[in-house]
Amino acid sequence: MKQISIFIENEKGSLAAVTTLLAENGIDLRALSIADTTDYGILRIMADKPEKAHKILTENGYLTKINEVVGVKIADKAGSLAKIINALSDEGIGVEYTYAFTSAKPGEAFMVFRVNDNEKAIAALEKAGIGAVI
Amino acid sequence: MERYYQKEIECAPVEELKAMQNAKLVKQVKHVYEHVPYYRDLMDKKGVKPEDIKSTADIYKLPFISKADLRDAYPYGLLAVPLSECVRIQSTSGTTGRRVVAFYTQHDIDLWEECCARAIVAAGGTKDDVCQVAYGYGLFTGGPGLNGGSHKVGCLTLPMSSGNTERQIQFMRDLGSTILCCTPSYAAYIGETLKDMGLTPNDIKLKAGIFGAEPWTEAMRKDIEASLGIKAYDIYGLTETSGPGVSFECSEQTGMHINEDHFYAEIIDPDTGEVLPEGEKGELVFTSLDKEAFPLLRYRTRDICVLNRKKCSCGRTLIKMSKPMGRSDDMLIIRGVNVFPSQIETVLLEQGYTPNYRIELDRVNNTDTFDVYVEMSQEQFSDTVKDITLKEKELASALKTMLGINPKMHLVAPKTITRSEGKAVRVIDRRKLHD
Repeated sequence: MKQISIFIENEKGSLAAVTTLLAENGIDLRALSIADTTDYGILRIMADKPEKAHKILTENGYLTKINEVVGVKIADKAGSLAKIINALSDEGIGVEYTYAFTSAKPGEAFMVFRVNDNEKAIAALEKAGIGAVI
Repeated sequence: MERYYQKEIECAPVEELKAMQNAKLVKQVKHVYEHVPYYRDLMDKKGVKPEDIKSTADIYKLPFISKADLRDAYPYGLLAVPLSECVRIQSTSGTTGRRVVAFYTQHDIDLWEECCARAIVAAGGTKDDVCQVAYGYGLFTGGPGLNGGSHKVGCLTLPMSSGNTERQIQFMRDLGSTILCCTPSYAAYIGETLKDMGLTPNDIKLKAGIFGAEPWTEAMRKDIEASLGIKAYDIYGLTETSGPGVSFECSEQTGMHINEDHFYAEIIDPDTGEVLPEGEKGELVFTSLDKEAFPLLRYRTRDICVLNRKKCSCGRTLIKMSKPMGRSDDMLIIRGVNVFPSQIETVLLEQGYTPNYRIELDRVNNTDTFDVYVEMSQEQFSDTVKDITLKEKELASALKTMLGINPKMHLVAPKTITRSEGKAVRVIDRRKLHD
């Protein structure tokens, strides 16, 4: 799955400016997560048209990165997340960050994992009988 | 009662001092002309010969030496004696990353230490005192200079260097330090730490402090004096002329007496180079009258000052300079360290960053804060905070290597560094440095 990261200054209106820009260009956001520090935030989004979103953001002067992350469909029951994390950790794969989003289908949810090695993570998940969404 | 280290010089009749300066200058110009080809060329270009200089009244005929000359002549170009005669170097930062290296013969070290000894005695120091030197040691002149001066006076010297403040206070208490030498901001910090430790000035024996290497205000003086229970004295100097002790404050605390037997001071118009009459504000220029190894003639300090020879209640006849009121170049003094914005630019370019940066300075609790904002490129941006933090740390470390002090780094988005009329505002200095 393609994720777009955007560097935003910690000031009033900067998140609004990014989301407005995407909206004006007909980009639909499926998921969003923000890492914040005292100085800045990193906005991470899953969009319906990632390449287009990346292009528009870059053209508008944003520091933007598009990268592959690992998506995992997650069941709505106790222990689901632990199972995934354990599968990754057993293979020595570190998780930089993770966040969740729900799909349009009722009851369906996904986790996004940013790991240091996507290939290894996918293999680890398969080994544990968990399918990755690419 | 006012004390003097060398009363015969410090309180000499002005005419005697001037005659001494004239004789030393004539000799020094000849020494430099004969042994420093770099300066000889400058003199030849101006059409001045050593015999044209008969007294300090002729000094205007001589060419200036600037920081740029020190860079061009680095490292040995201004050396006036064989290297084998030198016993020490000290160093300070230069304009574009190249450091200034000053050389000393034993005679030069002795005269420098004597100057510092005069400052210590003017602050009330005697051989019965315990002098805690909390300036940095090493290439920086602060520690070595005051250390040497303290030895000359015969004080028990505590060569603490700066940092480790609780240990400073512990030594201060255990060994009964009576004199503290450091930067004024460090003195203020020691005062605050003392309070944080639940102690008061009554718990220490300090009576005086000799503080320099950075600008400070009267308000800061009052704060330090109250927090440490001392009288605080200013001291001035620069590596190019020797180090601290070029001038020092007496009990009157209304300016610093210049050690005129070693340094001839002029005030010039920084734009035209013209010598200004006594009492006018301008750039301070020093000529080393009797240093052997690194004798700079008419060195432009870039400090803006006023000189005056009004009678001083301390009895000294040495001319006084005001606290520097500003700079005629873009040099910043941050936590006692000289920093040129161009040095920061050099490091950024070396590290693959754009030269779009901004320096922000403030003084919080009498300590300088030093923040550097730099724009990141698309390639440098990463989606993880960890990577960005690592890049900031790497840059801070590269800047520390260049400058000797640690900035707080902030990577920012492109085009966020304010640009005014096409030219970026490089420095925002919110500190109140001058009265």
